[in-house]
Amino acid sequence: MADVKYSEEHEWIRVEGDTGTIGITQYAQEQLGDVVFVDVPAAGRKVAKGESVAVVESVKAASDIYAPVSGEVIESNAALADTPGDVNAEPMGKGWFFRIRMSDKGELAGLMDEAAYTAFVKSLG
Amino acid sequence: MASSQDRSQGRSGGIVSGGATEAVTFTGNRALQIEEPLIFEMGQPGRCGVDLPEPPKVKDRLNGLRRSGDIGLPGLSEPQVVQHYTRLSQKNYAIDMGVYPLGSCTMKHNPRLNEKVARLPGIGDLHPLQPVSTVQGALELIDRLAHWLKTLTGMPAVAMSPAAGAHGEMCGMMAIAAALEARGERAQRKVVLAPESAHGTNPATAAALGFTVKPIPANETGRVDLAALKAALGPDVAAIMLTNPNTCGLFESEIVEISTAVHAAGAYFYCDGANFNAIAGRVRPGDLGVDCMHINLHKTFSTPHGGGGPGAGPVVLSAALAPYAPYPWIVKDGETWRVAEDDAKVAGTPLGRLKAFHGQMGMFTRALAYMMSHGADGLKQASEDAVLSANYVMAALKDVMSPAFDGPCMHEALFDDSFLKDTGVSTLDFAKAMIDEGYHPMTMYFPLVVHGAMLIEPTESQAKEDLDLFLGALRSLAAKAKTGTAAEAFKAAPLYAPRRRLDETLAARKPILRWKPSNNPPETDPVKQAAE
Repeated sequence: MADVKYSEEHEWIRVEGDTGTIGITQYAQEQLGDVVFVDVPAAGRKVAKGESVAVVESVKAASDIYAPVSGEVIESNAALADTPGDVNAEPMGKGWFFRIRMSDKGELAGLMDEAAYTAFVKSLG
Repeated sequence: MASSQDRSQGRSGGIVSGGATEAVTFTGNRALQIEEPLIFEMGQPGRCGVDLPEPPKVKDRLNGLRRSGDIGLPGLSEPQVVQHYTRLSQKNYAIDMGVYPLGSCTMKHNPRLNEKVARLPGIGDLHPLQPVSTVQGALELIDRLAHWLKTLTGMPAVAMSPAAGAHGEMCGMMAIAAALEARGERAQRKVVLAPESAHGTNPATAAALGFTVKPIPANETGRVDLAALKAALGPDVAAIMLTNPNTCGLFESEIVEISTAVHAAGAYFYCDGANFNAIAGRVRPGDLGVDCMHINLHKTFSTPHGGGGPGAGPVVLSAALAPYAPYPWIVKDGETWRVAEDDAKVAGTPLGRLKAFHGQMGMFTRALAYMMSHGADGLKQASEDAVLSANYVMAALKDVMSPAFDGPCMHEALFDDSFLKDTGVSTLDFAKAMIDEGYHPMTMYFPLVVHGAMLIEPTESQAKEDLDLFLGALRSLAAKAKTGTAAEAFKAAPLYAPRRRLDETLAARKPILRWKPSNNPPETDPVKQAAE
C-alpha cells in the first residue's frame, strides 16, 4: 500500500520503497487555475529538500515547485510538456511531475498525512 | 474551465444574445465596431500602394540566386492600409480614452507639451551618429535630466542608458555583482533576497545573473517581515531587491531598519523604482539607504507607455556602486559637452556598455519636459495627488469590496477576492465585466501574496467625476456579484467587446505567434462563415 504524504507547499509524494512520486495537490491546481506550462527536472539531477526543482505556470501565475524530500530524480513526466492540462484534470494521477530516489526517508516524517493536510487546507480558508 | 473546443468565443459575428433584441448584420460589424480581418487576409496579389517603374533590365550579379517566388507581402492600396490600421487603433484601449487602472504600471497622462518638445527641430531629427559638436544641446539635456534624477533620489550617480525597468534592474544588479567581485566576495555571496510580493522581474534578474533567490515572507500588515529578513541575512547574501512602496501599495515603514540590517550584513540594497510615482518629491531613496534604483521614466515621468513607446530605465547609484556604472556618460570639458565612451576603457570596465548609443533620447526629452513643466513643487503635488486618488478609491470601495490590508494605502489600492466568496464570480470574471463597462481592467492575481488580487492604481491623472463614474461601475458590479445569482452573467462577460471571452488557456498552451495561410484554412475562416 503506497503511502502518500503532503507538504505545506501543496506538493504530494507517493512513497513506494525508497522511491517517491511527486506532484501538486488538488488544492494547488484549483488555486493556480488552468496550467499552461510545466518544467520538470531531468533524470539524474540531485535535489535537496526545499530546493526549487520545477516550475508550473498557469493563466494566473508562475510558481516554483519545491522538493519535499532530498534525493536523485530518476524519471520525469515528459508528457506534461504537451498536455499540461493533466495537472488540472488528474493532479494526483497522470499529472505527476517526477519520481525521486530518496536519500533520507527520515525527511518524510516532517510531512503531513492526508488528514493533517486536509485540516491544513481548511485552515487556509 | 473554458473548453478549448468552444468556438462561440472569439469572433462573434456581431451577435449579442440575452438582450431584448438579437441583431445580426451582413458585414458582421456593429456600427463602428468593425469586424477587421488580418492584413494578410486582405491582400490581393499584384496590388500596390505606389506606382513603381518597371525595373531596368540589367544583368545582375546574383549568380542564379535571384528570388523567383513570392515574398509573402500582402498587396494593398494606401487607403486600405490607412483604414486597416485606423480601425485597429480604434479597438485599442488607451490612456487617452479613460481610466487605465493597471496597478504597478502607473498609466498616467502623457502631457502634450512633452510631445511638442520632443518634436522641436534639433531634437526630433537627431541621429546618434551625428558629430558631437552638432548635438551639444542634446548632451546637455541628458545631463540636465541626470541632475534631476540624482536630486529627486538623493543619489550621487546615475546610469542613463538602460532601456527600461528590467534592463535597469539588470544594470543595478550587475553593478552589485561587480562591487562584490572587487571585494573578492562574488563567489561567497550567492543569495539575493526578494519579498514574496516582489515584481516578477526581480527574482528573474537575480537568477539571470546566477544568484539564488530566497523569498522573504510578508507580515500581517503586508510589509516585509523584518525578523524573517534579519534571520535570512548572512555572509552568503549579496543583496535584497525591494520595491517601495511595495506591490501591495504600502510604504515599507521599516525601510531604514531594513537597509541598516542589509548593510550591516555586508549586502547591498536594490530598490525597484517602479512605484516611485507615490513618493517622488516627498522621499529621497538615497536617504533610506538605497544603493541603486531604476527609475521607469515611462511610468513616473509620463513618457509613453504600454505599446505607445519605448521605456527608459535610468539607474541611480550610491557612492559605493558609482564606480561600476556602465558606459557611456556625459561629461563637460570647459564649455564643451562630450560622451565618455573611450573604447579601451569601455572594454576594461566590469559592465562596459549595456546599450547602443546614449539611451532613449526621445524619452529623456519627454521626461525632462515633464519635470521642468511641473517643477519641484508640481512633482511633489503629482505624487500626493496619486496617493490621494488611490485612497479615494480605497475609501469608496471598502464597504463593497474587500481591502487586502487595513489602513491607508499609497498610490494603489489592493483588494482580495473575499467579497466574491460563494458568489461563483472570480476575479477574472469581475475584470472581464469591467470591459463591458468601458474600462481596462485593473491588475489581477498580482501580487501573489493576496488571494485573487485586484490592484487598482488610478494615478493623479483622473478628474474626480471620472473617477466617480469608474467607482460607481465597480460598486455596481460588486453589488451584482453579491446577489449570488449573477455568476452566469459574469462568466459571459465581456458581452460588448470586439471579442467575447477569449480562451486564454488555449492561447497559452498552443500559441499561434505567426500568421500562415495554413493557420486559417477556409472551412474555419470566421469571416467567410459570417458571410454564409
